[in-house]
Formats: sequence, C-alpha cells, structure tokens
Amino acid sequence: MAARGARGPLRSFAGRGGGVGIRNWLSKRREYSRSAPETESGVGPIDSVFTKCERCGQPIYEKDLRARFNVCPHCEFHYPLPAPERVRLLTDRGSFRERDGGMFAEDPLGFDDYGQKLERARRKTGLDDAVLSGTCAIGGRRVALAVLDFRFIGGSMGSVVGEKVARTVELADAEGLPLVVVSASGGARMFEGVYSLMQMAKTSVALSRFVEGSWPYVSILTDPTFGGVTASFATAADVVIAEPGARIGFTGARVIEQTTKERLPEGFQTAEFQRNHGMIDRIVHRLTLRGDLERLLGFLS
Amino acid sequence: MILEFERPIKDFEERIVELRRLAGPSQELRGEISRLEDALEAARKRIYANLSPYQRVQVARHPARPNFRAYHDALTDDFYELSGDRLFGDDPAVRGGFARLRHGGHNVVLIGHDKGTDVKSRVKGNFGMAHPEGYRKVKRLYELAGRFGLPAVVLVDTPGAFAGREAEERGQAWAISADLMALATIPVPVISVIIGEGCSGGALAMCAADYVGMLENSYLSVIAPEACASIIFRDPGRAAEAAEALKLTARDMKERGIVDEVLPEPLGGAHNEPEAAVETVGESLNRMLSGLADTDPEALREARYERYRRIGAHASEKGLAG
Repeated sequence: MAARGARGPLRSFAGRGGGVGIRNWLSKRREYSRSAPETESGVGPIDSVFTKCERCGQPIYEKDLRARFNVCPHCEFHYPLPAPERVRLLTDRGSFRERDGGMFAEDPLGFDDYGQKLERARRKTGLDDAVLSGTCAIGGRRVALAVLDFRFIGGSMGSVVGEKVARTVELADAEGLPLVVVSASGGARMFEGVYSLMQMAKTSVALSRFVEGSWPYVSILTDPTFGGVTASFATAADVVIAEPGARIGFTGARVIEQTTKERLPEGFQTAEFQRNHGMIDRIVHRLTLRGDLERLLGFLS
Repeated sequence: MILEFERPIKDFEERIVELRRLAGPSQELRGEISRLEDALEAARKRIYANLSPYQRVQVARHPARPNFRAYHDALTDDFYELSGDRLFGDDPAVRGGFARLRHGGHNVVLIGHDKGTDVKSRVKGNFGMAHPEGYRKVKRLYELAGRFGLPAVVLVDTPGAFAGREAEERGQAWAISADLMALATIPVPVISVIIGEGCSGGALAMCAADYVGMLENSYLSVIAPEACASIIFRDPGRAAEAAEALKLTARDMKERGIVDEVLPEPLGGAHNEPEAAVETVGESLNRMLSGLADTDPEALREARYERYRRIGAHASEKGLAG
C-alpha cells in the first residue's frame, strides 16, 4: 500500500510540466553552487539562479521561490516544502524546540538496500528520519507539532515516524497542548514490512486517548499524502486542512488506473476534490496558513 | 486449481485414480496402488514442509481455501447478519452480524471478508476487497459489540482495501482510519484470525486486536508481494523474492510478536481438508473467548493500548543502536 501511494504521485508530479522536474533541477544547481567559489560581493551564485516553473512555465528566481516557501510567485503552485522550512513558516520565530531528536530507524528485516537508502536520505536532508517533532508557539500559543518531510524516503512511515508522531500526541496529552501534524507522505515504509503497517495502529491508539481530552488536533495535508498515513493519524483529526492542489488519497492514481483500467477525471484526489467529497474542512494557501491556524486555535483553546 | 508446486502431488493422485480404474474389482494392482499412496503422502509432507514464503501466499489465495462462508456455516449455529453503513450502502466484501458459536456457545459479533465461493459470489464480494462503506459497516459492528458487551470475532482474508475511483471518492483512507480509532477503544475482547490473505491497511483495520491468530499458510503484509516487486525490482515477476524479503509468513509474525498463535493447517493446506482447518479455528476461538470472557473492559483497553503502542520499537537513540 505504502509505496503504491509514493510512486504514483511522484510520477505524475514529474509529468505535469514535462522536462526536468524543478526539484531535480534545483538540487543539481545547489550541488553546483556548493562547489563553485563565492563571488566577491559575497553573494553566492545560488542567488543568481533562476528556473522555470513546472506548472506555468514562467521564470522564477530561486531566492524568490524560497522567500515564498516554495510557492510560485506567478501561478501560486505549491512545491513540496522541507520540514525545517515548514517549521519556520508556521511557528513564532525561535520558539521551536525539537523533541526526540537522534532517533534512528533500524533495518528490522534486512531489506535489500534499505540501510543505504536511510544513509542517503539522512545525508540529503540532514534529518534523522522523515519527521521533525517538538513544541513551538503559534501566535503566542504553545503547540505540540510534528512535520513529515517528503524528501526522506517519500515521507514514508516506519517505526521512527510512528514512534515520534505517537510521542508528540502523548506530549500534547500530558501537557495539555493543541496538536498540529503536517503530513507529506507516500504511506507506510514497506522496507520495514509489517512493522510499518503496525505504525498505523500505534499512532491510532495514541490518538484515541488524546481525543478523549478537550485539546484540539489539527491535521494539515500537503502534497502528497497517501496510504497508511492518510489511513491513520492524518485523517483522524478534529479539523483537517489541506494546501491547494495537494494530492491526497489512499491509493495513488497511477495504481488505480493500472488496476481498474479506468481513466480518472481531471483533478482526481486533489485537495479541491477531497473538499468537494466532504473529506477535508478547508483549503488554505501556504502563505496564509500560520494566520489561519492562529484563528482556529483561538476558537479551540 | 492446481498450484505449480503441487503438481507432483496431483500426478500421484491421478495415477492412483487411473490404476484403481484399471484394476477394477481385482486385487492385482493393490501393491502398486499402496506404494503410490505412500509416495503421495511423502510428496505432500516434503512439499508442505518446505513451502517458500511466496508458495504460502499462493496457498493463502487458493480458491478452494475455506473462506468466511465456510466458517460461519460450520462454526455458528445462528448467524444473524446485519447490513449497511447507514451512509451510502452495503458492501458484500465484508459481512458481519450477531452469531452464536458452536464451540462453547459464545454470543459474539462475527465479522469477516467474504471472498465468495464461485465466480458470481467472488465478483459480488469484489474478491474480498472492501470499499469505504464496508469499513464503515465494520465500524458500526465494532460499536454494536462494545455497546452490548459482545466480543468481536474478526476473520481476515483480503488482498487489500479496494483501489478504485469510487473508493477514493468516498474516503477509503478516512474509513480505515476510523476503524483503527474504534478498535483502539472498544471495551470488549477483540479476537482476529487471519484465515487467508492479510494485506495492507485493509487487513489491519480488522486485526489490531487483543488476540491475533494466524492459520499456518496465511500471510500478513504491508503490501502485496507483486506490488512490492514492481516497485523495488521494477518487475512484478520477482514477487517470490519480495515475499521472502517482506517476512510475511505466520511463523515470521509469531517470532516477531505481531501475532499470538500460529494455527496448524492440515497436511496439504487448508484447501486439502477444509473442515479440519475450520475446526482448528473454532477450537482456538473457544479457547481465547473463554480466556478473555471475564477481563475487565478497562484492563482490555489498557492492554490493547500497550500492545500497539510498543510494536516496532526499532527506533533507537544514537549510541544505543545495535
């Protein structure tokens, strides 16, 4: 189930604009810029880099894209956002305190090259695993926060993601804090076999206690959120918010097309589709997300 | 249907039938027939003692393997079926209702995936792949079990939750998530037996239980071996390797503490002697239900929480990693 979701969205993502995906292109530029000498003005070559939006085809300066948290300034297309950037976007400056850092996945099944995949993902992202969690303040209000990072093996949920999400839920429960979880995931991490499946049960039992209390749980779904993550903690919230255009579902579109031979309608599984089908509460632009959360938490705490 | 690795067994069976026909009432070929019968038994033992994980997956999928219908026919003296999710429709891929078990006379809520017995019923039950309305019906049944203090008995046999347009439109993921949340808190014993296939979240929504049994040749996995192979090796033909890597057999699950008991199947698999396999499950259910009957509801919920909160403690702090 897991990677079914993971691959589908990835493929169709790259297919949207044609040519080299913007993310590949940007990461190539970054590699280049790291090795290139700094210019005399102290401005690295990275700041002079511009690229073409995969969606609208307009040129964008990378620094503009970064300043807008990976939202295209022309067409407002929302590119994936690394977890540390997401934390910067949502939280009061300097308020984030990471918890449970230094927790690493093992390779419980000795699965193919999973160990190497983990190593590569750690190097690429600077993260221990696909989730960053802790406490923070949003509009001056203390919140327990967990953010998934799609760059780390497709944001997939193995034992570490399950454990950290469960601990964040328990932290919110113990300290009486609102809980916010931001998802971006292909689903369960199949390299951990049945252990990854069981993380759905783990996060669910943790949440089942939290929701008996009176603190809110807000789930934010970003592109893409699929499989075991959608089918467990990501949808079990009091309020479910999604970013515009985010693809959200259980099984990825490519797998559905392969199994049912059915042509799927335009906009299938987008946030807008899910809202129209009654599955999510609101679609909120990334650059207004913090303010939106502040308003919501104001009603609930 | 003949599985490829069962071919030697089938050959012996055919030769025995042929010799019997030739011999007629005479005793002439008796020695030869008896020799072949011994060889048949030996072949069964040899083949079934050494099944690879992927061969077990094939046994778990065998069309003649006893399914939900065989179990409710043989194990209950009354099955009072309930239908519908009260929102959209009734999904015949999962069925359930009140039931009185023959073994021990327990009143329970019985739930299971129904793969069907012939082409028509298999298609009707969508080969055991439920839609959201199926999982929502299951949630209703969990809640009824909790409300009336009846243990829930769940027989798992699914290739996964259905992957289709309508399933997505009606919130497949939401329905599964709601089942997991309901399972986490219902104040009655939940007993699951994986009787065939236990694939993906569609299976987990029905087996995050207090007690999980698994028939010897059933499997439990996060993903079907074929799908796993097409992702990892870019070749669904390498499903046998994927099945090996996923560690999905009943014995693997017992060793890893994911399930509580492996229920032995008759020699040659449950499809070879369906009644015996069903009987084994019936006895196990009676044992477990009797054992859990007087457990305090709070203690049950606490134990269930601990069980699933702990699973997959394969995260380790830096420096402690093995």
